[in-house]
Amino acid sequence: MADASALWISGHLAEKIRAHGAETYPFECCGALLGRDSGAVSESDRGRGLKTPAREILQLFPLVNRRDDSPRNRFSVTAQDVLEAEKAAREQGLEVVGWYHSHPDHPARPSEYDRDHAWPWYSYIIVSVQNGAPQDMTSWRLNDDRAEFSPEGIEIRHRATA
Amino acid sequence: MPVKVMIPSPLRPYAGKRDSAEFSARTVGEALGHLTTEFGELRKHLFTEDGKLRSFVNVYVNDEDIRYLAKENTPTKDGDTISIIPSIAGGIPSIADAMRSKFCHSERSAESALGFVSDNRIGS
Repeated sequence: MADASALWISGHLAEKIRAHGAETYPFECCGALLGRDSGAVSESDRGRGLKTPAREILQLFPLVNRRDDSPRNRFSVTAQDVLEAEKAAREQGLEVVGWYHSHPDHPARPSEYDRDHAWPWYSYIIVSVQNGAPQDMTSWRLNDDRAEFSPEGIEIRHRATA
Repeated sequence: MPVKVMIPSPLRPYAGKRDSAEFSARTVGEALGHLTTEFGELRKHLFTEDGKLRSFVNVYVNDEDIRYLAKENTPTKDGDTISIIPSIAGGIPSIADAMRSKFCHSERSAESALGFVSDNRIGS
């Protein structure tokens, strides 16, 4: 299935997400993705079958996993954390466009629990961390009907800077 | 002056891209009812199929979490602001997920039911 949207991120920020996952292993890491959507679907993206404007990640807002009861297989970001991430984004002229978290010793694909707790519109980046070493990284968006996620193509772009 | 409902970013695409809407309402439940009547696509993201607010949907009246007030029966008065604030959760498949997946796809091995399959790898 073709990706329905594209997520631009710098190699530096992608590496920071992977490093956060390694740092908190064997527990899950989490954080906010600050960035913006481009105004419209470009002709070239339309030609590639993309239906929504590309989204650019320009900054990260690492957070503490609040699920201290089961941090190996769950992460939680409180409403207060969300408000703080939104404030940080606003101060930089950005908005919170998604969230990242790690899957320790599991693949970088959303679980049923991820889907059940997901919001639409946000991008959800998942990094797999196997035996402490970050591996695959993927991004997903919840479909309008909440039935499943669609994959979002991660594109490393050098002009996206920290 | 009516009650103002603040709509978070992820729900704005389902509310005509608006960041707020105003309604006359005596309770939080009534205001959310008006909101989801005007913007029907919002309903499934705010409420479960049996009509309960989803666990990751936080609702505040001014600065007070309605969980510590009267929940959806919390009274509102003109000029109040109702904020819908997301909380975010997720994680790896639980044993129950894996078993469900296994039973749904019985031809797959337990290992693949647990999802030990490579995904797209980004260049780095």
